[in-house]
Amino acid sequence: MTLIATPVDALPTQPWRRSTSSRLHNLGYGLISLGAAGIVTLISPLAGPLGFYLVFVVVRIALIVPLVARDSIAARDQIMAVVITAGFVTAFIPWASIVSTVVREGLEAFHSDYLFTDMKTTSATDALGEGGLLHAIVGSTIILVIASLIAIPLGIVAAVYVTEVKGRLTRFVRLMTMSMSGVPSIVAGLFIYSVVAAEFGFSALAGALALAVLMLPTVSRTAEEVLGLVPLELRQASYALGANQVGTTFKVVLPTVRSGLVTASVLGLARVAGETAPLIFTAFYSASFSASLTGGAIGSLPMYVFQNFKVGTAEAITRAWGGAFVLLVFISSLFVIARLLASRSRKKV
Amino acid sequence: MSTSTTTPVSASITTTGATGAQSLASVGLHAWFGKRHVLADINLEFPARSVTGLIGPSGCGKSTYIRMLNRMHEFIDGAAMAGTVLLDGEDIYDPGVDPISIRRKVGMVFQKPNPFPAMSIGENVVAGLKLSGMKVPNKNDVIEDCLTRAGLWKEVKDRLKAAGGSLSGGQQQRLCIARALAITPSVLLMDEPCSALDPASTLRIEETIKELASDMTIVIVTHNMQQAARVSDYCAFFLADEHPGLIVENDRTEVIFTNPRDPRTLDYVSGRFG
Repeated sequence: MTLIATPVDALPTQPWRRSTSSRLHNLGYGLISLGAAGIVTLISPLAGPLGFYLVFVVVRIALIVPLVARDSIAARDQIMAVVITAGFVTAFIPWASIVSTVVREGLEAFHSDYLFTDMKTTSATDALGEGGLLHAIVGSTIILVIASLIAIPLGIVAAVYVTEVKGRLTRFVRLMTMSMSGVPSIVAGLFIYSVVAAEFGFSALAGALALAVLMLPTVSRTAEEVLGLVPLELRQASYALGANQVGTTFKVVLPTVRSGLVTASVLGLARVAGETAPLIFTAFYSASFSASLTGGAIGSLPMYVFQNFKVGTAEAITRAWGGAFVLLVFISSLFVIARLLASRSRKKV
Repeated sequence: MSTSTTTPVSASITTTGATGAQSLASVGLHAWFGKRHVLADINLEFPARSVTGLIGPSGCGKSTYIRMLNRMHEFIDGAAMAGTVLLDGEDIYDPGVDPISIRRKVGMVFQKPNPFPAMSIGENVVAGLKLSGMKVPNKNDVIEDCLTRAGLWKEVKDRLKAAGGSLSGGQQQRLCIARALAITPSVLLMDEPCSALDPASTLRIEETIKELASDMTIVIVTHNMQQAARVSDYCAFFLADEHPGLIVENDRTEVIFTNPRDPRTLDYVSGRFG
């Protein structure tokens, strides 16, 4: 006689999964809600997709109400599930609507040479098959690269000062970064205009400086929070090995939060990549291709959108949408690249 | 007798031998955190190549004491001290002494394993050397030697490039021991090194401690009476009935465990305390 039966023919099951009948039940409720929403939108003044959505959610919740008497905990659970799902979908609607509008309208501006020509010889009323935004892509890239080269190291240094060095000016630096993050972007533009552009004229460098002013507090505050996550024990382990503060900071603390620092940099970049106001007085805009740092006004994607919209002809407004679409793709690619860099730097896992 | 400056622990202080072990002693050592007086008049000698166990209930200042022996005490805001700590007769708190040079001679293993997460197993071992800016020409030899002495080599020799955090808790602690050994300290301080480990890993680390004692001085804080009895040559019993903490009794380990002078020591080591 065996004491413990060995179930040789056991099959893997997941008894915690919801049963088919309960899923059919939910599907039925969903269909009823859809039908009700359809009827209500047809016969009442509550028309349109938003009205449909609203009625759907309300009916879906109302269908759970009869359950309250039988099992109030389960009923509350289900109602909360619907409310939270609806909340997520509601938050998702504006995002999806922006992206789909930008893509739909933006793609109309596209033609085979759109990404490879500038607007030097194209006027606002020229057909959409002419002109492009190469100058704006290159200009934006130059401005953002320079701004990053200035703001990311400075921001991380400021964060290191506040969290690692803890020098006499810690409170002051923290206060300054806090108040700097509240500076309106147009003020940053005016500031750089008054100290740089007013004297030396418009340039990519001036634009980059204005964006760097805006980027700096975001980078440094995020980096500060990330550095604050490094456990004290790790720093002490380093000191116990006879390391000094420089070694501890650069070889232990910073490498430990490498991916967090990339996030800080990306957040800083995201803060400024689409900024228009600070560029108006600094880099301004030029319709012709330029890759010069100090060679006068230079195009950029946000300014391309702004300028075309300002002109206001049908073609120009379509081009503005095209610029918005490219800007969206541009920023998304920056995010993806930064994420890839961050994950690659954590190679040994 | 227990807190007098002439401690009976060692018959003679061994000076630095060919192996590099150094003797350590604290004379009239006090510690404060802010206004709170946490340690009073601690006099202890740790002869070279000996293992000393520091025992006593939680909160009696053992960890504070051990951290004063390699100048880690000063990292805590509001920390203050009085008295001297002598490493081979020289005061490590002398204003002319660089704390970094002390920490290179007096290594430390913490209660919680804390390998550097951004470094591989191999890099963790030589981290102390790299951090102090030393060139390590025979890196692989150092890694193998230290991991072997820490009893970890066989388990990790094929994955030295894996992250230090990928090891189990017991392996991580042995990695931290290897890391402490790489800077060739003459004294090794261990603050409850086995408190987070399973019995098998604990046994491995105790074996390691016994091997290491042949060429360094070891001070170990432990809450495990059996461990203190197994690994240490000398024991000091700390107590903080009312603040501040002090040494009730210190002697050879067998005396502390079999024939202590103070009834409180007997109560504690036999588990009848409190």
